[in-house]
Amino acid sequence: MKIENCDIAVIGSGPGGLAAAMAARQNGAKKVLLIERDREPGGILLQCIHNGFGVEIFKKDLPGPAYAQHFINEAQSAGVEFLLDTMVLEITKDKRIFASNKKEGMFEIQAKAIILAMGCRERTRAQVRLPGARPAGVYTAGTAQRWVNVEGFMPGKQVVILGSGDIGMIMARRLTFEGAKVERVLEIMPYLSGLMRNYVQCLQDFGIPLLMQHTVKRIIGNERVEAVETIAVDDRWQEVAGSEEIIPCDTLLLSVGLIPENELSRQVGIQLDPLTSGPFVDNHFQTSIEGFFAAGNVVHVYDLVDWVTGAGLRAGESAALYAHGKLHGNKKVTIQHGQNVHHVIPHSLDISSLAFHEEQLQMRVTRPLEHPVKVQVMNGNEVIASKALPYARPGEMVTISLKDKHMEPLQNAGQLVVRVVEREE
Amino acid sequence: MNNNRNYDVIIIGGGVIGCMLARFLSRYRLDILVIEKETDIGSVTSAANTAIVHPGYDAVPGSLKAQLNVAANPLWDQLANELHFAFERRGDYVVAIGKEELPKLDELLQRGKQNGVIGMRTVSAEEMREREPNINPAVSGALWATSGGICDPFGVTIAAAENAIANGVVILRETSFEDFMWDGKRITGVKTNRGDFTCRWAVNAAGLFSDTVMHKAGIRPAFTITPRKGEYFVLDRTEFTVNNVLFPVPTNISKGILVTTTVHGNTILGPNAQNIEDKENKENTKDGMNEVFEGAKKLVPGVNPRHIIAVFAGLRAAGNAPCTTPGVDYNHDFIVEIPGEVQGFFNLGGIESPGLTAAPAIAQYVVELLKDAGEKLQERKDWNPIRPARPQFRHLTHQQRDVLIKKDARYGRVVCRCENVTEGEIVAEIHAPVPALTYDAIKRRTWLGTGRCQGGFDMPRVTEILARELGISPLEVSKKNGASKFLYRPTKEEGGAQ
Repeated sequence: MKIENCDIAVIGSGPGGLAAAMAARQNGAKKVLLIERDREPGGILLQCIHNGFGVEIFKKDLPGPAYAQHFINEAQSAGVEFLLDTMVLEITKDKRIFASNKKEGMFEIQAKAIILAMGCRERTRAQVRLPGARPAGVYTAGTAQRWVNVEGFMPGKQVVILGSGDIGMIMARRLTFEGAKVERVLEIMPYLSGLMRNYVQCLQDFGIPLLMQHTVKRIIGNERVEAVETIAVDDRWQEVAGSEEIIPCDTLLLSVGLIPENELSRQVGIQLDPLTSGPFVDNHFQTSIEGFFAAGNVVHVYDLVDWVTGAGLRAGESAALYAHGKLHGNKKVTIQHGQNVHHVIPHSLDISSLAFHEEQLQMRVTRPLEHPVKVQVMNGNEVIASKALPYARPGEMVTISLKDKHMEPLQNAGQLVVRVVEREE
Repeated sequence: MNNNRNYDVIIIGGGVIGCMLARFLSRYRLDILVIEKETDIGSVTSAANTAIVHPGYDAVPGSLKAQLNVAANPLWDQLANELHFAFERRGDYVVAIGKEELPKLDELLQRGKQNGVIGMRTVSAEEMREREPNINPAVSGALWATSGGICDPFGVTIAAAENAIANGVVILRETSFEDFMWDGKRITGVKTNRGDFTCRWAVNAAGLFSDTVMHKAGIRPAFTITPRKGEYFVLDRTEFTVNNVLFPVPTNISKGILVTTTVHGNTILGPNAQNIEDKENKENTKDGMNEVFEGAKKLVPGVNPRHIIAVFAGLRAAGNAPCTTPGVDYNHDFIVEIPGEVQGFFNLGGIESPGLTAAPAIAQYVVELLKDAGEKLQERKDWNPIRPARPQFRHLTHQQRDVLIKKDARYGRVVCRCENVTEGEIVAEIHAPVPALTYDAIKRRTWLGTGRCQGGFDMPRVTEILARELGISPLEVSKKNGASKFLYRPTKEEGGAQ
């Protein structure tokens, strides 16, 4: 079996991996290998042919493949080596990677640092425990998206979508463009799980009904989906008897959540946060095992690709420093989620890095707060940083930054708590 | 395509019973045809059950079920060695919870002894807690049967079928029995949707539909199959597993809801038992899930619906045949007989649990009864009992993988990321002796798509490979049969908004 050495190996060439590989090279790493299981780099962006990418970074509204191509070009000119159609099967604590592809067979890569950028996967029918028959025609929104946008096939002509995730709403519009009838989108929660802009541009503009607090009670049809039975639920997710409706359709798409993909991380023993299903990371995006970094949706699910790229850039820089022995293990403060906050990334912060970096704390709120709110970083009872927002919604990531001016007040801090409170408080 | 229309034996039904029988009969100089109405063999009850090789302590003493179960159990090691399917003889436990269930264990132990089961003993509560740390702390004791095993029941079926084919058996799928052909009281052939086939022996191995087939033969008008649906829940093996096969103490109706490990490493829970009318109804229900989890929690309180990774439901072919042993009052026995009323007909029916376990003994028993009926069975000198295994990438070492990929590069491309199934394995199954023609057929053979993403990643890729290898359009690729196609039309061909 062939053995190859490198400074940095990046697993996954979506936006997180591309940015990380590029940044690693730009920060002095010599040999950087970017490993991708698909035949082309770019990850899921390649099937996201709608626009809406790059508004934050480029101030331009790009389709997914164009956004990916920008970073593919950048990574190539930065000297990143691409290893495509290659599956990583095992990683070890001493930073060896076992991978396979058609050309090389099985081979081993010995890296100085590894960046995990495997992205996320979609929650499935079984995970949301949908009862009924098991016919063809039940797909996750992302699988349908690949079929339509990459393979060029329509998965059906009469569609019900369960879940108001972004991919589901985008597919509602896409399938409508292609001549399918999207009967309705159902959301079990009383609020949207994706971005408001997607609701407006993908559902409202096309007259596709969105039914909040509704779910699928039963899938009907032994061979191919023939109908779904829908039902309303109350505030405690209990089915409301008598609200059942049979909606004839041949396709049920699921957009019911994304889960960071951490099979390899788990296998090597990296500690995972049950709240995010991603690794515990510090502000360098270093995981619980030294020299293993993680970037993008593998850590927690982002709302915009721009932030994924940002995370990749940081992880790449950190990994390059680590590979050259320049990433020091300074004292860290832990960061906890407080009132109204589901989780915060990073889980811990090396205060000394505030001298070089503005550190962005990224979070999701637990419920919609439709009034003006404040995001606050607390050290005990002391407010360290505060940011006003007009509202906060679970579908949209909330951030607040710590800067060099916060170093002084944080010198003796042990733990920070981040909360989102209504502005009157 | 085989054009032979005249056979010595036609087996109606390509489940584990039909295929195992074909394999055992292929030892003799007989022209054998197996007809299966579904797109794949073994895709109904044989693909959706608890996957257990039972020791035989449950069955009612004196019943044919008890006799064939106990006779079959020791045959499995050799069978697995010859046919190369997944089988582990790891023993099983009947677990008593609370003092009041303890006497049941002794009852079962006595019954097992009466049936001739060897290798049983009781295990103390303390020992049980040690052997299965997840067990309900209120465990009061357990019956341990060392001869219990687990297997891949579809794998058993396909392995038997492939070995049968290697020894000359013909298997026709999407071929459904319609009626018999007669010469007086002798059955001379079988009418199917693909035309007529003649035979000297027609064998009823139709499982859920064995009642219909025997009524067409004019046998046992009072016999009916009542499908008894069982729902199952598969847990994510990275989230929660048990190490053992755990039964509750049985009721009069069923062996109860198990918590059991599988040859794939996932823990499964189930089945419940619900008598239904529709032989096609394999729906999972919310009530079923609640019932199964309630039952499973009794044995293993830590199970949680959050860990479900897949669900399925199977139908037991439950019959109502009275036991023929004098003095045994039991009305759900197996039927394995050559009925006196007609000639040329071998009748099987009511082969519910432990039917999978009993399959090799049933096949041997059929051979014996045929001999008794005067059939001159001549052994074939070239009979080969071995069905070679095909490589399974996920079970190989890195070195073995490297060698395999160097021989065939398609084994280097992993198509299912959760279960590590490669393009090479998929292609091999599409061109195997019983070709995999649908997505589900590939899934059952390779275990692809059974992991955490449940096919979300591999489905478009497998569709592409199936289309390429079969020389069809991706639009023709289906999940389980012609009526379950994945795709509807190409994009932007007709009716687009722009």
